[in-house]
Amino acid sequence: MPTVSVNRDLLFSKIGKAYSDDEFDKLCFQFGIELDEVAEDDDGVEYKIDIPANRYDLLCVEGIATALAVFTGKIEPPRYTKLTPKVKITTVVSPSTQSIRPYLVTAVLRNVTITPAAYKSLIDLQEKLHHNICRKRTLVAIGVHDLDKLTPPFTYSCEPPEQIKFVPLNLDKEWTNARDLMEFYGSDTHLKPYLHIIKDLPAYPVIRDSSGIVLSLPPIINGDHSKVSTSTRNIFIESTATDLSKAHVVLDTLVAMLSQYCENKGEVEITEVVYENRPVDICPKLFTRNMALDVDTVNETVGISISAGEMVSTLNRMGLSSQVKNSGQISVQIPPTRHDIIHTCDIIEDVAIGFGYENIVPQLPPTSTIAAQNSLNKLSFQLANCVAQAGFTEGLTFSLCSMEDECEKLLQPQATKEPSLVIISNPKSQDFQVARSSLLPGLLKTVQANKGVPLPLKLFEFSDVVHLDSESDTGAKNCRHFCAIYTNKTPGFEVIHGLLDRIMQLLEVKFEDEYSLRAAEDPTYFHGRCAEVIYRNEVIGKMGVLHPKVLSNFGCAMPCSAIEIEIEPFL
Amino acid sequence: MAANPLIDKVLEYLSHTETVDTLQLATEWEEDHQRIVGAVKSIQSSGDIIEVEQRSEVRTELTLEGREFVSKGSHEAILFAAVPSGGEGILLPDLMKITGPNGKIGMSKAMQAGWIKSVKEGNSNRVVRLKESIEDKVQETLRNVAAGTTELDKATMAEYKKRKLLVQNTVVFMVLRKARGFTTVIEKPETDLTPEMIASGDWKTKNFKAYNFDALGTPIPAGHLHPLMKVRSEFRSVLFEMGFSEMPTNRFVESSFWNFDALFVPQKHPARDAQDTFFVSQPSTCNSIPEDYMNRVKAAHEGGSYGSSGYGSNWKKEEALKNVMRTHTTAVSARMLYEIGQKKEFVPTKLFSIDRVFRNETLDATHLAEFHQVEGVVADKGINLGHLIGIMKEFFSRLGIKKLRFKPAYNPYTEPSMEVFAYHEGLKKWVEVGNSGMFRPEMLLPMGLPEDVRVIAWGLSLERPTMIRYGYDNIRDLVGPKVDLGMVYKSPICRLDKQ
Repeated sequence: MPTVSVNRDLLFSKIGKAYSDDEFDKLCFQFGIELDEVAEDDDGVEYKIDIPANRYDLLCVEGIATALAVFTGKIEPPRYTKLTPKVKITTVVSPSTQSIRPYLVTAVLRNVTITPAAYKSLIDLQEKLHHNICRKRTLVAIGVHDLDKLTPPFTYSCEPPEQIKFVPLNLDKEWTNARDLMEFYGSDTHLKPYLHIIKDLPAYPVIRDSSGIVLSLPPIINGDHSKVSTSTRNIFIESTATDLSKAHVVLDTLVAMLSQYCENKGEVEITEVVYENRPVDICPKLFTRNMALDVDTVNETVGISISAGEMVSTLNRMGLSSQVKNSGQISVQIPPTRHDIIHTCDIIEDVAIGFGYENIVPQLPPTSTIAAQNSLNKLSFQLANCVAQAGFTEGLTFSLCSMEDECEKLLQPQATKEPSLVIISNPKSQDFQVARSSLLPGLLKTVQANKGVPLPLKLFEFSDVVHLDSESDTGAKNCRHFCAIYTNKTPGFEVIHGLLDRIMQLLEVKFEDEYSLRAAEDPTYFHGRCAEVIYRNEVIGKMGVLHPKVLSNFGCAMPCSAIEIEIEPFL
Repeated sequence: MAANPLIDKVLEYLSHTETVDTLQLATEWEEDHQRIVGAVKSIQSSGDIIEVEQRSEVRTELTLEGREFVSKGSHEAILFAAVPSGGEGILLPDLMKITGPNGKIGMSKAMQAGWIKSVKEGNSNRVVRLKESIEDKVQETLRNVAAGTTELDKATMAEYKKRKLLVQNTVVFMVLRKARGFTTVIEKPETDLTPEMIASGDWKTKNFKAYNFDALGTPIPAGHLHPLMKVRSEFRSVLFEMGFSEMPTNRFVESSFWNFDALFVPQKHPARDAQDTFFVSQPSTCNSIPEDYMNRVKAAHEGGSYGSSGYGSNWKKEEALKNVMRTHTTAVSARMLYEIGQKKEFVPTKLFSIDRVFRNETLDATHLAEFHQVEGVVADKGINLGHLIGIMKEFFSRLGIKKLRFKPAYNPYTEPSMEVFAYHEGLKKWVEVGNSGMFRPEMLLPMGLPEDVRVIAWGLSLERPTMIRYGYDNIRDLVGPKVDLGMVYKSPICRLDKQ
């Protein structure tokens, strides 16, 4: 969830009303944003506000203020006007961009007044958009320029880095090879995360004006030449992208916010982007969509009963200008800033928010059902209770573990073991390399972590391990295991053995007829002290005295016996 | 027995008399009082033999000096005796030689009493008697005090105390009487009842050593369930009571299709980043997705179907095939709802699960790479957001959480969505306790569920309410191999509804 920092006084002046922290917290809560933190610095009080991840229109102070001013009935929802100039500013996209970053969208804003606060907000908004919808500039990257310093038309192409010469934003010298710039920015914590997008490509994306001046090297850095300042009057916005629909969302969002600073608020000049193999793209889109809403459906879904008229005023407060149509229908205008609305259910949520979640009458669903336990869980719970009654203590260990836990530490050869394991490709920690195939390492670690606890330690766990399984659609399946270990000055094999007998007795499984032990060898267990547990002619697990090396590997000083068996065969 | 002969002596004495106090015995036997008290305590611990009443008394006792007065006379009387009778008297230095260190006090007291006088003679003084005989009243009085035959008036008491001849002590002593089980022969008290005593009936006559009820009992050996599993059982019970059936959630490895795509999570959603989700490299992809359903899901994502404009970008099967460690149990809910959608006739359903889910997190005090998710789902015709709020209130009130409020929120697969906040009385603030919402039509319609079926759902972690309820600051103290078994041994039964 993105967090936006805004200056409180600036926010309140834009809303047109001042609130106490508590009042504002309540207002945010109702609207579905969250006042996360109130901080104070040299510039006054700063609010940190959490914004839902799909509300790109709320990523800046202008957006939040507008939404809340509309919500509290201070203003009408803003309107946007697209102006078509005699000569549209054009950017030609070269086919060389196709395999790298094939899309571009552009827009122009005239007669803007960029106050220092507006400038800061613009920078912050770009940053938030880059981080969220732009997916760290992989999908979309934004450049904002002072149009008066440039000579349209523009070109967007990919060029060999050594041909790209320009003064990057806020640097004081010209770089004659863009690849060197990549090296240079390798130590820049802000830009470093984006370098990988183009660094190793043979050609880098670049936007130039008709005189060859570099506007930007997307998605990394703009040129210094066309940088925006508080004296900028006319703005050119470009966004390069790998995802065209997201590029339009980003452009609409930026344009809607910045057009507040135009002499005629909300006026945007359209531009065109010319492709070789695609139709000309006229942008920004700034489409206002119309959606029809059925009053009864809304009431039924939310669990309220309001008239069409009330619903219209509720929607208006949510920034969705609406009108009652005949026969219980409402026509809703979706402004270009609300790309999050993709279905009537999104509008229904706005009705619910506008109505107030706290005003909805809670009621229990009429759904009458007979509950049932999951049989495997039921059996596991019943057995866990019995094993605890037998004096054992339940452990709760992780399902993920390291390869070393599964192989080396249990003395299982990795070459034969690894092909049978579920392996994680991207763990942040060595502790989570594989899904465990045995509960034993977890319990041994529990013993290791509890050296001070008086002996004997008697531990158990009922939990799932994961095995490869070609029968399953995912290629893997869970298997419910039972594991118990006993550790004391003597190994206590007879205790573990007794526990097995007890479980079998509780399951009404008869010794010799239905279950038995058979001597076995397993590297995890001490030679001659290991047996397979056989249930109805199938091996369901092993028990025995653990190998001294296994004990040392897990830092256990005392002898230890263990059992691990499958539970599903007893269902 | 009687390792202490005083015990027998006390009992013997008491057998001939109704009552006696320990001070009396001490005086009579010229025995140290404390030793007698010790003997009485031993007798007491041997059973109901004597009745003991503790008393205290302020006693006037002679000091060592006072006792010397009784035996040898007061300093002034001694000095007087040392002065020869007649006018001759004695020179002061000679007198002091005879009377020693106490001569000076004797001198001044005798002069005060008017027994002697001191006459200047050259460089020295000569002491002569003024009376031929005197009466040593101080000695007499002290003798009577020692014998207990006199009460001193206040002034005398103060004077004698000042002269350090006597002190007043509060003496604690015991008054002894025979008790019901009085005997002069004490057996060693039994520590405990034995089978032999029960068989022989000896218990009737035996004395038993008193128990110490001020100490704790012995910790009893026991098996223990893990505290989080106890909470899980309690949650399970609550959900069964509310009519929810348990889903089979035993599949940790899930395809991106069921974990994300079926839930209408866009393929470019940050949750599908390697940053947040564990991807599986073996088995790296799932091997089958129901073909028809997959095509309907693709259509929902790309837009133009089910009344949705979708996400406006191409939906790729390769993305959907990637296996992950499931990030939520909602993947299982999706499978269950799909199954319901495949049935000829819709059957209203309430389902729940509590099981492990995985997030590629860096571990800290509040985050683990795996935790337990509690999830509830209700699918029925005609249910609405009010029902979701109602069921939330019912569910959380059974967990002891009564004050709830609901915040509009965003979740890719629910709309409307609500974050559930509970007022924490201890922290005096609202804390988020769960998420909830109505599943989107873009998720439900491709599953084959009828258009008028709505599905409400909610989820929360099992660990968080457990940590809040039992005061754990660090999640690693609760879950994982490093938990302290001592903590497990001591964990109480789970009574979430009890505040």
